[in-house]
Amino acid sequence: MLHIEHLTVAVNGKTILKDINLHIAPGEVHVLLGPNGTGKSTLISAIMGFERYKVLEGKILFKGQDITAAPCYERAKLGIGVMIQRPPTIRGLSLRKMVEICGATPKETESMAKWMGMSDFLDRSVNEGFSGGELKRSELLQLMAQKPELLLLDEPESGVDIENIALVGRAANYILQHTDCRKGDCQKSCCGNNTECEDNNPLKESGHSGLIITHLGHILKYVPSSYAHILYNGTLTCQSGDPLYVLQCIAQSGYERCVRETCRGGVR
Amino acid sequence: MDKHILEEALSKKAAFGNDIDLSAFDDNNDAHVLSAEELTDTGKSKLEKVGIDLQEENRSATYVQVDNAAVESKVKEQTPLELMNTGTAAKKYPELVEKYWWKAVKPDTDKYTAKTALEQEQGYFIRVKAGTKITAPLQACVFMGHEDQLQRVHNVIILEEDAELNIISGCASDTSVEHGIHIGISEMFVGKNAKLSFTMIHSWGEHVTVRPRTVTIVEEGGTYLSNYVNMEKVADIQMYPTVRLVGKGAVTRLNSILVAPEGAHMDIGGKAVLEVPGTRAEVITRSISTGGEIINRGNLTGAAEEVQAHLECHGLMLSKKGYIRAIPELNSETDNNEMSHEAAVGRIAPEEIEYLMARGMNEEEATATIVRGFLNVNIEGLPDSLAERINTTLDTFSVQHGC
Repeated sequence: MLHIEHLTVAVNGKTILKDINLHIAPGEVHVLLGPNGTGKSTLISAIMGFERYKVLEGKILFKGQDITAAPCYERAKLGIGVMIQRPPTIRGLSLRKMVEICGATPKETESMAKWMGMSDFLDRSVNEGFSGGELKRSELLQLMAQKPELLLLDEPESGVDIENIALVGRAANYILQHTDCRKGDCQKSCCGNNTECEDNNPLKESGHSGLIITHLGHILKYVPSSYAHILYNGTLTCQSGDPLYVLQCIAQSGYERCVRETCRGGVR
Repeated sequence: MDKHILEEALSKKAAFGNDIDLSAFDDNNDAHVLSAEELTDTGKSKLEKVGIDLQEENRSATYVQVDNAAVESKVKEQTPLELMNTGTAAKKYPELVEKYWWKAVKPDTDKYTAKTALEQEQGYFIRVKAGTKITAPLQACVFMGHEDQLQRVHNVIILEEDAELNIISGCASDTSVEHGIHIGISEMFVGKNAKLSFTMIHSWGEHVTVRPRTVTIVEEGGTYLSNYVNMEKVADIQMYPTVRLVGKGAVTRLNSILVAPEGAHMDIGGKAVLEVPGTRAEVITRSISTGGEIINRGNLTGAAEEVQAHLECHGLMLSKKGYIRAIPELNSETDNNEMSHEAAVGRIAPEEIEYLMARGMNEEEATATIVRGFLNVNIEGLPDSLAERINTTLDTFSVQHGC
């Protein structure tokens, strides 16, 4: 799905990421960990193709296609969707219109908004005066309409209250088509009409892929993940098939010791 | 007012705007056409553009003035509404002249008001009697069709207690007019618990100078909603309509959408004076320069306690040429009121464009979407067909300028 080779990225002339290699296969969800300011958001922004993030070396392949030089909207059209940390307000553009622009029919917009608890926000300007949690729900609602094959989430749980983290997780699963709803917890209506809730295999081959930045890992209780990475000093390290173990390691020993001692470069 | 005071005021410069030499224009009262039907095709299409429906469907009344002659002034049958030429009304109702004429706008304010006060009166007089609610809008059109014309208009609108009226006022000049000035004095009186919606669309030419002078007085519980749209070339327009809220609970909202193409100079403001407690005002302007010049003034004056008012001047520069100058003023005269303003002028924020691009829009589509959103002010009280036409105009404009 996503193949990153020897990627070096600079922002405003300053190199932030060095020689990043990352491979995300179809259906896999990778978790990106690391201290503040190491470039996690930069990596997601570079994958999305935001203007300020200049690729100095290396390349990004998506579904086999080299998108390193492709503008952001072409990447979106190819199937990459992003939730950024601080989305801007678009005055005068209603959330309803925005969700429809993302690809939902008016009817779908209504039902998805209801499911996301955003019905009352549909006729407000996109993100205008939204709280932290409302911003995340607004973003996920747009992404549900956009249906990306690669979902990039930058700290989806920040600012979200405990109750709504489950909702954020369910929405992410819906987009990833990882319908891991536990038995009895899942109703067809909750996931819209085109989701097969009885399919319980979160990592099925045909599922969509994801890259999630998280600090505390709350989202991982709801979204099954395949691999974890630590981004440390601009380099990707510590790849592990057990994200929860890595999180625990960080919590106990801190990033530096975790990277130095536990992972030793990491093995897949 | 004494004639000699007015004559002295003929040389009085206005507080704002370029000073215009009125002697360079012809202010005869000749009727160049006798009915709206006689207008040229370009003239007729201009009328349509400013919201005037010559078929008069879904309209309660129609007033058309061409240059300095009223050519049409008719009210649909059984509509309890008075509409006539201001001069005719002055003769018919001397008691109203005493009470309303030149009571909202001082005739010696500047040379433009003085000139209008001194000459024979043109313009429309509208009165809705107490308790009468007119649903279909009244349309009033003031049109300039003749070269070198000085057009004078004095409008008097009276809504008595509990009355309601929706006015569409379209002002335009024929495309052939190379030189002309329009002076429009409007005095509006919104009575107790009455509601007046006033939508004005301007479509002047690139050689036309425009000097409106408008004051609205709103009494207790009354509402005055004004929507103003000007998206066309105009040589030089300067206006600063004022709303005085003089009765408890009086409310006003002034929305303006200004788009200045290259060659346009717009000095347009909005002022609300909150004179008694419990009054509220909102003055909202969205201005876009595509090469033209915009000066956007705004003033809220809280002269009483417990008033609430908000002023917004937002401008988008879509061209390297031209300028937008926002001049918001808040004037609080007591220690217990709430007034705020927001002003922002500049280009479209690149992160907004990228945000939409990440949802699949190309740069042009993203820009157009943002421009369209920017122009989306909450316009109320328009008939559907007109609201649709304004929306289509804004859509078209946004798409054209998504670059």
